Amino acid sequence: MLMNLFKFKGGVKPPTNKTQSVGLPIAQAPLPSRLIVPLHQSIGGTPRPVVQAGDTVLKGQLIGEADGWISAAVHAPTSGTVVAVAMHVQPHPSGLDALCVVIEPDGKDQWIAREPLDYKTLKPEEVRERLQQAGVVGLGGAVFPTHGKLTPAKTVPMDELVINGAECEPFITCDDLLMRERAEEVVRGIGIFRDLLQPKKVLIGIEDNKPEAAAAMRAAIAALNESFLVIQVPTLYPAGGAKQLIRVLTGKEVPASKRSTDLGVQCFNVATAYTAWRAIAHGEPVVSRIVTLSGNVDQPRNYEVLIGTPMGELLKLAQPHPDTDGIVMGGPMMGFLVPNAEVPVVKATNCLIAHCDRLFPPKAPEMPCIRCGSCATVCPHELQPFEMYWFSRAKNFGKTQEYHIFDCIECGCCSFVCPSRIPLVQYFRFAKSEIWAREREKNAADGAKARFEFKQLRDEREKAEKAEKLAKAAAAQAAKKAAEAAAAAAADADEAAAPADVAPSAPVDAEKAAKMATIQAAIERAKAQREAAQPKNTEALSAQQQRDIAEIEARRTVLEPTTPEVVVPAGDNSQKTE
Amino acid sequence: MMFAPAPFLLKDVSVNQVMTQVCLALIPGIAAYAWLVGPAILAQLVIASLAALLAEALMLRIQGKPQAMFLADGSAIVTAWLIALTFPPLAPWWLVVTGTFFAIVVAKHLYGGLGQNPFNPAMIAFAVCIVAFPALMSQWPGIGLQAGLIEQINVILGFAPRLDALSGATPLDALKTALKLGEGQVDVAHLLANQDIFGTFAGRGWEWVAAGYLLGGLWLWQRKIISWHVPLAFIGALTLISGGLWLYQPTQFASPLFHLFSGGAMLGAFFIATDPVSGCTTPRGKLIFGAGAGLLAYIIRVFGGYPDGVAFAILLMNLCAPVIDLLTQPPIFGMKDKA
Ligand code: SF4
Ligand code: SF4
Repeated sequence: MLMNLFKFKGGVKPPTNKTQSVGLPIAQAPLPSRLIVPLHQSIGGTPRPVVQAGDTVLKGQLIGEADGWISAAVHAPTSGTVVAVAMHVQPHPSGLDALCVVIEPDGKDQWIAREPLDYKTLKPEEVRERLQQAGVVGLGGAVFPTHGKLTPAKTVPMDELVINGAECEPFITCDDLLMRERAEEVVRGIGIFRDLLQPKKVLIGIEDNKPEAAAAMRAAIAALNESFLVIQVPTLYPAGGAKQLIRVLTGKEVPASKRSTDLGVQCFNVATAYTAWRAIAHGEPVVSRIVTLSGNVDQPRNYEVLIGTPMGELLKLAQPHPDTDGIVMGGPMMGFLVPNAEVPVVKATNCLIAHCDRLFPPKAPEMPCIRCGSCATVCPHELQPFEMYWFSRAKNFGKTQEYHIFDCIECGCCSFVCPSRIPLVQYFRFAKSEIWAREREKNAADGAKARFEFKQLRDEREKAEKAEKLAKAAAAQAAKKAAEAAAAAAADADEAAAPADVAPSAPVDAEKAAKMATIQAAIERAKAQREAAQPKNTEALSAQQQRDIAEIEARRTVLEPTTPEVVVPAGDNSQKTE
Repeated sequence: MMFAPAPFLLKDVSVNQVMTQVCLALIPGIAAYAWLVGPAILAQLVIASLAALLAEALMLRIQGKPQAMFLADGSAIVTAWLIALTFPPLAPWWLVVTGTFFAIVVAKHLYGGLGQNPFNPAMIAFAVCIVAFPALMSQWPGIGLQAGLIEQINVILGFAPRLDALSGATPLDALKTALKLGEGQVDVAHLLANQDIFGTFAGRGWEWVAAGYLLGGLWLWQRKIISWHVPLAFIGALTLISGGLWLYQPTQFASPLFHLFSGGAMLGAFFIATDPVSGCTTPRGKLIFGAGAGLLAYIIRVFGGYPDGVAFAILLMNLCAPVIDLLTQPPIFGMKDKA
């Protein structure tokens, strides 16, 4: 099979540490004592809980309903009783809590009625809906709801569907084992994606250190008579990053500012294809996934694990050594230490690594950057990490953006090679979160300002309206009086002259008087405001100073005839808007 | 930032290892130097190293920085060695010490320490000393100097009188002076063939020292401590301009080979212009930096007032490095088609 491979720049070759966990087949992890199922397990809206404490649930029963289009449903991983819907600490670097459904298994592991479907008889929307209802999300770690990626763009033809079986992070072997053992179902799942997206080619990328997986996939493709291409890509971290794999297989580069569909490519993980197939063909929502247990343990192995299983309990299966001092979720390049052993396995959990200092020696103290450029050489996104580091450190976040910090995929290659031991990625995360925080603050401030201004405008208008009503009443009163006066007339010609002039134009004058009253009210208000806003530092002044101020004030009053005019148009405007 | 962040795996590299490899790469050149030119260089290396460590320790103490960590990084030693290798081998000890102190205290620490110096400290030392002590800085041992190590050390330490043999010049200087005095009447080929100071194609002995630096430099490149850009551009530019003028008037201009293997050309191309801190970091920037340094070195050598222009050429390019870097930012992943 001849196929031109492209290269991505940079990349590193950390020791792969994969052989430890591929020796044994995937095992079923036993039912844990409790399952803590977070409702928010995908990018997008947080599903709404549809169960309460005390409810009994069956395996696969809906417990969290998708909230909006970009969101995916969450299901009970086994049958049992809901003991709480409560906040629980999450496997996330932030260590924050999130709403979880806590289930006590009844041990029967009893399924809901499963309804197998032939997706070919369904409309594409129905398939997507079905996947959303089954909670199918990207299991490569990004957990983007799968159905959201399965709509072909109308403008750009879909050239390639890329299936990610590269699995480039050290230690992780769950996709490798999945492909070896369940290749047929993976391939069938890919078939669903292919039928929905109608790409010209389907390319399955597998790192060349997994020949068994590649062979199994090829055999399955042949058996199912598909035309997918299995391509072995060079083992180089991060070849399994979606953008890097797309680059290697298609030559296309997807920058941060674009989606891959804009370039006619879409990429899914092999495990996602597998769960999609299970969801459609077996009616099984995503309630479990394959997790690699490795690191400082006696028995590294892959397990099929129920979502919600507490990590500490799960890791015991692999018999961690006594000096284990933490659990890393994910690989050693991009993973993170989980806050504690109680956090649950989620859909994004591909690997748990027992951490110890022997395996991952504590980092040497950070030295100054010597601009050796190693970080730039290995950066797969061809950034200049040392420049971004410099500006992150200096908190010059504008500059970090000029150096494209948001194109950084946080792969960690730069930190890996830095001779000065600078935790570059950490600086970039810090800079990004600062930029986001500022953005949010600014949006919040803008919102508050807009609200404040709107409120002021409304107050102003209400006051003006009130003043006008009063003025109208007063004018009517005046007109009445004027009319009476005119009727009584002529006693004193000199004195009567003025009212007599007024009388014929009474209705017009009422209007004018109303306006005048408005103006008067506005002037009063302005004056009151001015007085209220008077600085308080003018209280203890010398006689001379007070005289000066008085003089200035006098001059200002003379020079300030415009005040009422400023306010009147506002009153006029408010009338117009009615 | 609550926990030790990813990546948990790190490559086994450190600043110290980088610097150690630079020092190792200098050894072939140093060996040739000690063998062919005189063992005094070994004493100078020691003097400069001690001075550098002392200056470094002092500056770290004053600034309250962790001394052990920074003293062990090896950067001061690299600076010291470059100073020793660019100063005349029989220069009095205090000259080397002065130069080294200036390099470490002023050119390095007053600009912020490791990684912050805009100029190459060793070249600053050279420039300062050649301006302040021009006579001492141009006294190179004459050819056929038959003094042993002890005698040479005595000269350096001032225990023995400065020998007549010290009044010599570098081959570059000799050629330049001869051509100037000859006023167009003498030709290069004749000079090279009939003067003792010249060897097969450059200065006697020095050509092998330069070859040693070349060897070490290639090793550094092979080890990926340096990239090919700077040395290639430096050597390329120097070859082009010297070759062009040589073809144009072979009687008045020495061949590229002579220029490449004389003075600080090889040392500069592989060890000094490649200093990442004071040089350029983008690939295109490195090419410009190297080419600029090579070109300027030639111009100063042949038309300027100093016998060897490498130090000034590199300092001048140091000055331009930030701007060159800014203007040569490579396009990032996914943004190449946009011009
Ligand atoms: S690898 Fe480290 S020391 Fe080298 S340039 Fe990058 S940040 Fe600086
Ligand atoms: S973490 Fe970011 S800057 Fe560092 S190598 Fe990866 S993409 Fe480049």
